[in-house]
Amino acid sequence: MKENVQLMKGNEAIAHAAILYGVDGYFGYPITPQSEILETLMDLHPWDTTGMIVLQAESEIAAINMVYGGAGCGKRVMTSSSSPGMSLKQEGISYIAGGELPCLLINIMRGGPGLGTIQPSQSDYFQTVKGGGHGDYKLITLAPASVQEMADFVALGFDLAFKYRTPAALLADGIIGQMMEKVVLPSQQKRLTNEEIEAQTPWATLGKPVGGKPRVLTTLELEASIMEDHNLHLQAKYRAIEAAEVRYEEIECEDAEYLLVAFGSCARICQKTLELARAEGIKVGLIRPITLWPFPSKILSQYADKVKGMLTVEMNAGQMVEDVRLSVNGKVKVEHYGRLGGIVPTPDEVLVAFKEKVL
Amino acid sequence: MTTNMIKVENLVYKKPKLLNDNDMHYCPGCSHGVVHKLVAEVIEEMGLENTTIGVAPVGCAVFIYEYLDIDWQEAAHGRAPAVATAIKRLNPEKMVFTYQGDGDLAAIGTGETIHACNRGENIAIISINNGIYGMTGGQMAPTTLLGMKSSTSPDGRDMARAGFPLKMADLVAQLDGVCYVTRQAVHTMPAVNKTKKAIRKAFEYSMQNKGTSMVEVVSSCSAGWKMTPQEANDWMRDNMFLHYPLGDLKDNK
Repeated sequence: MKENVQLMKGNEAIAHAAILYGVDGYFGYPITPQSEILETLMDLHPWDTTGMIVLQAESEIAAINMVYGGAGCGKRVMTSSSSPGMSLKQEGISYIAGGELPCLLINIMRGGPGLGTIQPSQSDYFQTVKGGGHGDYKLITLAPASVQEMADFVALGFDLAFKYRTPAALLADGIIGQMMEKVVLPSQQKRLTNEEIEAQTPWATLGKPVGGKPRVLTTLELEASIMEDHNLHLQAKYRAIEAAEVRYEEIECEDAEYLLVAFGSCARICQKTLELARAEGIKVGLIRPITLWPFPSKILSQYADKVKGMLTVEMNAGQMVEDVRLSVNGKVKVEHYGRLGGIVPTPDEVLVAFKEKVL
Repeated sequence: MTTNMIKVENLVYKKPKLLNDNDMHYCPGCSHGVVHKLVAEVIEEMGLENTTIGVAPVGCAVFIYEYLDIDWQEAAHGRAPAVATAIKRLNPEKMVFTYQGDGDLAAIGTGETIHACNRGENIAIISINNGIYGMTGGQMAPTTLLGMKSSTSPDGRDMARAGFPLKMADLVAQLDGVCYVTRQAVHTMPAVNKTKKAIRKAFEYSMQNKGTSMVEVVSSCSAGWKMTPQEANDWMRDNMFLHYPLGDLKDNK
């Protein structure tokens, strides 16, 4: 079959990929720089083709609770927003995590704090990776660095979410959402029938089975010892995810004497910095975490025995750098270079920072 | 001579099958137990036992899923109409309803309630209005009457500081997406019968995809009001019904 190759924005790729994956429902509220996801879905009329529901909610709070309701029925449901909107969703995300409801949450980050700016940022790393809502929970967090990965990670996110019965997040900055690139779209998958959902996820509330027991989805438990057991169950699941689902990309690391560590747009920028450095004879490699949680701690720890220093490059004041430092545990110097509030660093300035801080 | 009095032909009343034997946590005189029973009866009589998904609130009825043997989702405080929206949109052939108190529906969840109603979601909203936050110990709600004492209005609700009691049923009755709004009570047997008919109608309209229905049940809260059950019922009749008069507010037959 001929490949479906198209040129489009990262946000548009997400919308196309969602329909093609056989997503059952999207619930969102407009916010720059990610409104193209909702706009593209509305333009494509998936309710006429796959039967996918697309609903513009009255708020991000309503949208995330719609995701809770849909996910509770075992449906493939998703929402998207940008930073201030994701703050509003945190209550619902905590309930979704506590209730072990698989779904896909998309954050196309802009600069903050507050209303901030509509320019790109990576300052929601802590919010997403460390848990922005209350309680001990984790989100599988995928960090795409291209329009292709925006499309691919919709499927990966849902697959992981349902594999572990836990929410997955796609964390991209505004550049990845807004830039246009070539993308190969997948073929159309069928949406699951209620019978298939009943078979795969018997906990889904689709009406009590005839002769069966009622299904109840709740995050409330007044007996503390039972609540502790539930927490231990979640933690055991998180340890299993950490053991099996770490993803990262190594770029020219074999002979590297120094490492850059960056995700999303910054990883693309650092690829150019790497070229500039190597042209000057400085052997620099790049580690690009693809899963921000689970974090690629092991590979970073291994490289810490080989390299002379590491520099994280982030569009924030130094968030992922904390996880890199925990990973290398003092074995090597780890420095951070960041631009804030919507400013995107250039490859040249990253090279200058690298020379000042690490070389 | 012994006579077996328990004969099918002599049976005039029984507990609905969907109402299980778990001990209820409700206080003496509380209206929740009666409304739970009515919901169970309606689901059973309509044959919707395997088709219904209920959405529970945060408030006294948070444990409704412990008492009614159907599929349930427990929503975050106030968010039940949003949760129900997605369940019904994704399962248009199912019966989906929310069961909410006035703190859940008229305070923290006002936005979700208004917009689910305005979109005309094909769901039923059962709203228990006792003018107080029962579960957290009797604090003032948006529905608390002027002059009514609560733990956060110990001198009585003062309009200058706390505004006016909110009539959610009247508010949503104005929305084009809403097909049926009624205000009922369960303090007498005739009232119980009327409330049951109202719940049945709301469920029928939901299954007919006519839009959103709201059945508000003006209720007593003897514990929160610091009264005996009988005093609370009398006080409700003499005070609550003046501000929240019973009857249909809208019925798009």
